[in-house]
Amino acid sequence: MSDLDPMSLSRLQFGMTALYHFLFVPLTLGLSFLLAIMESVYVMTGRAIWRDMTRFWGKLFGINFAMGVATGITMEFQFGTNWAYYSHYVGDIFGAPLAIEGLMAFFLESSFVGLFFFGWNRLSKLGHLTVTWLVAIGSNLSALWILIANGWMQNPVGAVFNPDTMRMELASFWELMFNPVAQAKFVHTVSAGYVTGSMFVLSVSAWYLLRGRHRAFATRSMIVASAFGLASALSVVVLGDESGYGVSEHQKVKMAAIEAMWETEPAPAGFTVFAIPDQQARENHAAVTIPWALGLIATRSTDIELPGLNDLVKRAEVRIRNGLVAYDALERLRADRGNAEARATLAAQAGDLGHALLLKRYVDDPRTADDATIARAARDIVPSVPPLFWSFRVMVALGFFFIGLFAVAFWRSCRRDFDHPLFLRICLWSLPLPWLAAELGWFVAEYGRQPWAIDGVLPTFLASSALSVAQVLFTLAGFVLFYSSLLVVDVILMRKYIRIGPADALRPPSAPTSTPSATATSAAASARTRQPASAA
Amino acid sequence: MESLLDYESLRLIWWLFLGVLLIGFAVMDGFDLGVAALLPVVARDDVERRVAINSIGPVWDGNQVWLILGAGAIFAAWPAIYAAAFSGFYIALFLVLVTLILRPVGFEFRNKIADPRWRGFWDAALTAGGVVPALVFGVAFGNLLQGVPFRIDGDLRVLYEGGGLLELLNPFGLLAGLVSLAMLTTHGAVYLALKTEGRVRERATAFIGIGAPVTVLLFLLAGLWVAFGLSGYALVGEVATGGPSNPLFKQVELRPGGWLANYAAHPWMIAAPVLGVLGATGAWLATRAERPGTAFVLSASGIAGIVATAGVSMFPMLMPSSIDPVSSLTVWDASSSHRTLLVMLVATLIFLPIIVIYTGVIFRVLRGRVGPADIQSQSANLY
Repeated sequence: MSDLDPMSLSRLQFGMTALYHFLFVPLTLGLSFLLAIMESVYVMTGRAIWRDMTRFWGKLFGINFAMGVATGITMEFQFGTNWAYYSHYVGDIFGAPLAIEGLMAFFLESSFVGLFFFGWNRLSKLGHLTVTWLVAIGSNLSALWILIANGWMQNPVGAVFNPDTMRMELASFWELMFNPVAQAKFVHTVSAGYVTGSMFVLSVSAWYLLRGRHRAFATRSMIVASAFGLASALSVVVLGDESGYGVSEHQKVKMAAIEAMWETEPAPAGFTVFAIPDQQARENHAAVTIPWALGLIATRSTDIELPGLNDLVKRAEVRIRNGLVAYDALERLRADRGNAEARATLAAQAGDLGHALLLKRYVDDPRTADDATIARAARDIVPSVPPLFWSFRVMVALGFFFIGLFAVAFWRSCRRDFDHPLFLRICLWSLPLPWLAAELGWFVAEYGRQPWAIDGVLPTFLASSALSVAQVLFTLAGFVLFYSSLLVVDVILMRKYIRIGPADALRPPSAPTSTPSATATSAAASARTRQPASAA
Repeated sequence: MESLLDYESLRLIWWLFLGVLLIGFAVMDGFDLGVAALLPVVARDDVERRVAINSIGPVWDGNQVWLILGAGAIFAAWPAIYAAAFSGFYIALFLVLVTLILRPVGFEFRNKIADPRWRGFWDAALTAGGVVPALVFGVAFGNLLQGVPFRIDGDLRVLYEGGGLLELLNPFGLLAGLVSLAMLTTHGAVYLALKTEGRVRERATAFIGIGAPVTVLLFLLAGLWVAFGLSGYALVGEVATGGPSNPLFKQVELRPGGWLANYAAHPWMIAAPVLGVLGATGAWLATRAERPGTAFVLSASGIAGIVATAGVSMFPMLMPSSIDPVSSLTVWDASSSHRTLLVMLVATLIFLPIIVIYTGVIFRVLRGRVGPADIQSQSANLY
């Protein structure tokens, strides 16, 4: 399978569009709560500066929110456009949380966000505060349902294979909703979003303080951001995603790959801080390990063993052979729908059917696979180790850095003294780091899921639509160009409004006049006069 | 209660909900699309364009969720349709996505820089974001009525033979696209007549006088074409309405003029096209009588009638296959499992009324017209 087949291109497109989308989501999640907190202070104290803070950060929130909405539409549509077999095979389960997300969360968030921006003069103080909280709650509920859907891809609970419809069907909505992987992911992801929002406010405020501008505004913003950021940074690390990694077989593969743990180690396993993993030789070079640490983090115990990759591959081989029994029963059932014996055999072994499908990468009929092919397919369950190993370590290091930075910020905010140039510079230059951590975390979760689209159920290479290379290349190139242009515009506008600052950003960019020709000229003139002001 | 919630009934209920969601999208986001498409027609300078844009400014985002929810509900309740339609209309949907994406960023970015070239660019982008989706959704319906060139293999994988963008833009597909465009731009004009003041309102009112009769004419023309120019797809033999969702277990036949068979069998279904014609005509007359609120209700009813006409004509077909009729997807074999349909029914019955209530509250808070004076007095708060 070359890298230019429609499936690989679709993967690239999905990964790329998800990466872009996830540039905007964390900031929406975090900033929406920070806005709600700031406005709550305004309503409780009646001090106008807190209203102006809400409105200024709200302006930046709006630019980001538009990009989040825009790039989000693509995500939902792509399951149908590029992953049609996936949509058929698991839509019965996977579609439900997406639809409920729309019903319960996205409608709420999107309907009230208009009132957040346009309702300042139309609502009472308390009315507007309610609207802001509803936007924050809506965006976070939205994340909940999306992560329930995503959690099911990692740990597909509450579903059974139906041979009559050739797809997975919902067996328990309850299990789908309370999937432990989804719950762990939700807490981890929204906390990461709060860290992103806090860092954004902290960094921009630090920039104002370094320039000696908007001191009252920036100091208050930093106080809110440091407290909220410290709590969130602790939550991200303590309630890390790893807690969900013990619950299923492939989650175990993912964890072993993240840890480059080739052999099963006696409990509690050590945490490898540094190593050069060698995928071919299945060993690590120059490894530095902290004893016990991984076992404690991952299993919250000292006696639960974590399986290594080599053992997990052996287990996968057993499951492929069981899966072949299921596959054979399915084929016999398709030939004769009344075959009760085949139906019973399939029902008993259906849990391993997905493993037999791994063989379809090499043979059209998995039943014809020889032992070498089966062994090869079993090795496929291990994703590429080095990128996972390193992405995870950088992400965790960033997580600890955020705790440290927000702890210092919090300590300074207790002393009401942020005026330390080095501290302010570190805050400013840390701005991109939460995004880096979030993208790496997303990469670890989804790249680590390979070769599965749905863990143990549907291999990625079977999940795509029957599209041509030209079609996918066209849309891939289109999305890259289009999204990159939008991103540039987004960053330019963000910078422009940050530079203009809270006092002027709440005024119009030009004074509109009644006659069209005058509008054009005065607008151009005002754009020119604004140039030196914003550069100052 | 037991019999009401059997598999067959749930499938019927979800066919109705599919209609409700599509109509919800066409009515609610339809006027946003229409307003955006009409920007060059109703507004001549920056203030007028801002009047038009800000009339939908606070509500377009919530309205767009009808589309997101519609797609999500198709995914959850009709996964086979989601797979076949979205992958089949691949390039057309890409164009829709790109132009839909231009909408949120266009609204948000346009007023952030005063340079007229900047604003001109986003005005063009917003117009495209109104015209292209309105046209393509209609073209998609036009192609559904003709059948789409896909087959379904034994693994229930969807395979297409042709069906590229240019093939979608066939004469009947284009006619259906024009029906959709005329209907939604008229609806947008009706909304502008209700929610704006000044020149924008005058031009929108004038547009209704053209848009509404054109919608009716194109709709009737499409109806004649369906009756005399197209074949309908019909199930033959024994139909298992409560059986497993596997399209390969049935027989399908093509019949010239077959899309009219439902009207002969169930005469009450004629209410749908009649509502389409009367709604659009009524919106025009109510506008002339200076009753913009009534015009909006009638225009919305007309849209409901036109969308429902496509639905009842094809029932129980949802997505017929032109190259392998057996592969056609129907209400009886393209749905989710009984359990998923039930779970989604409960979720919809809980949340849809709540959505309708808070949407009503929001429109009440935002009541009143937007005029040039508002743009000048509250410029910083507006798009």
